[in-house]
Amino acid sequence: MAELDTSGGGKKGGKIRSKKASTRIDLTAMVDLAFLLITFFIMTTTLAKPKAMDMFMPDKSKPEVQLPVPETRTMTLWLGSNSKIEWFVGKPGGSRPTIDNFGKDGIRKTLVEQNKKIEETHQGPDNFMIVLVKPSDKSTYKDFVNIIDEINIAGIKSYGVVDITPGEVAQLKKDGNY
Amino acid sequence: MDMTAMCDVAFLLLTFFILTAKLRQEDPLHVDVPPSTTVIPLPDDNVATLSVGKGKIFFGIEGTAVREALLDEMGKKYNIPFTAAEKKRFSVIPTFGVPIAQLQQYIALDEEKRKAFPQSGIPVDTTINNELTSWIYEARLVTKSLNNKDLRFAIKGDAREEYPAYKKVVDVLQKQAINKFDLITSLKTK
Repeated sequence: MAELDTSGGGKKGGKIRSKKASTRIDLTAMVDLAFLLITFFIMTTTLAKPKAMDMFMPDKSKPEVQLPVPETRTMTLWLGSNSKIEWFVGKPGGSRPTIDNFGKDGIRKTLVEQNKKIEETHQGPDNFMIVLVKPSDKSTYKDFVNIIDEINIAGIKSYGVVDITPGEVAQLKKDGNY
Repeated sequence: MDMTAMCDVAFLLLTFFILTAKLRQEDPLHVDVPPSTTVIPLPDDNVATLSVGKGKIFFGIEGTAVREALLDEMGKKYNIPFTAAEKKRFSVIPTFGVPIAQLQQYIALDEEKRKAFPQSGIPVDTTINNELTSWIYEARLVTKSLNNKDLRFAIKGDAREEYPAYKKVVDVLQKQAINKFDLITSLKTK
């Protein structure tokens, strides 16, 4: 072991010998410290990298490429205040919107269920559900990121972010979610 | 046991990590990013960050050379002659949120005083030629000419911020036909 020799020469034959110091030093503590610092730097360099979510918006500059969307395949989501969601499938004004919450049993379940339902009831290769997200002025950025995230989790192929209309805001107000 | 070799390796690695480590810079605008499950790592360069929080917008871009060239272009556009020393000082500011009229004053401060400087955010209004639009536009041009790469945009929004503040930034981006951008989030498990 790398230790300092402190025993000295002892007393052999009554002669006093000078102490013979070893040149080896105990490096254990130094190595410990070095590895601790390495660990620290590894952790901070890789974890500090910002993570991001990809976001695509429809191209506004080319209105002519907008395709007509069958209403029966469309699900509209309104984001209200206090992280409340109202949703309906089909034509606006057709059915009363359902009020929903974020979370596993809330909107995620709804998205998956509705997606399945629409895929079963429609024919052809284009039978996926189209989700329209309409965030109101009272919704927070967190809700917005959350809903895009839920859409990604549910594997919705097509979604868009659209401005909310005053009529829809009025409906949100009536339900106390604005 | 002989520790010499181990110690050597440890310090070699340590030196390497210290040299490659990027100092985490303090954000002038404190932003609490929302969590999401689907994340991709953001690239290191050719990225401009738009921070949104407390109703203010801050602008930041990576790379000192890009920053210098950007300030030069902005000075030309707004008829503010920035000196070479000012450009040098500006090139180390990672994020800022002052109107261009106050920028010279802000650059002149030293680092400690900059923190106390009341930054009002980069002005944005509904017109086509607001300051944020110019910063974004010039940043894209500069990145293209210096690095021959398209500039990516990342939005760092505060979780509690109301949606219209975010919409304002997206509208500015969309007016320049930038329809793809990144939202900076923290990782969340499902």
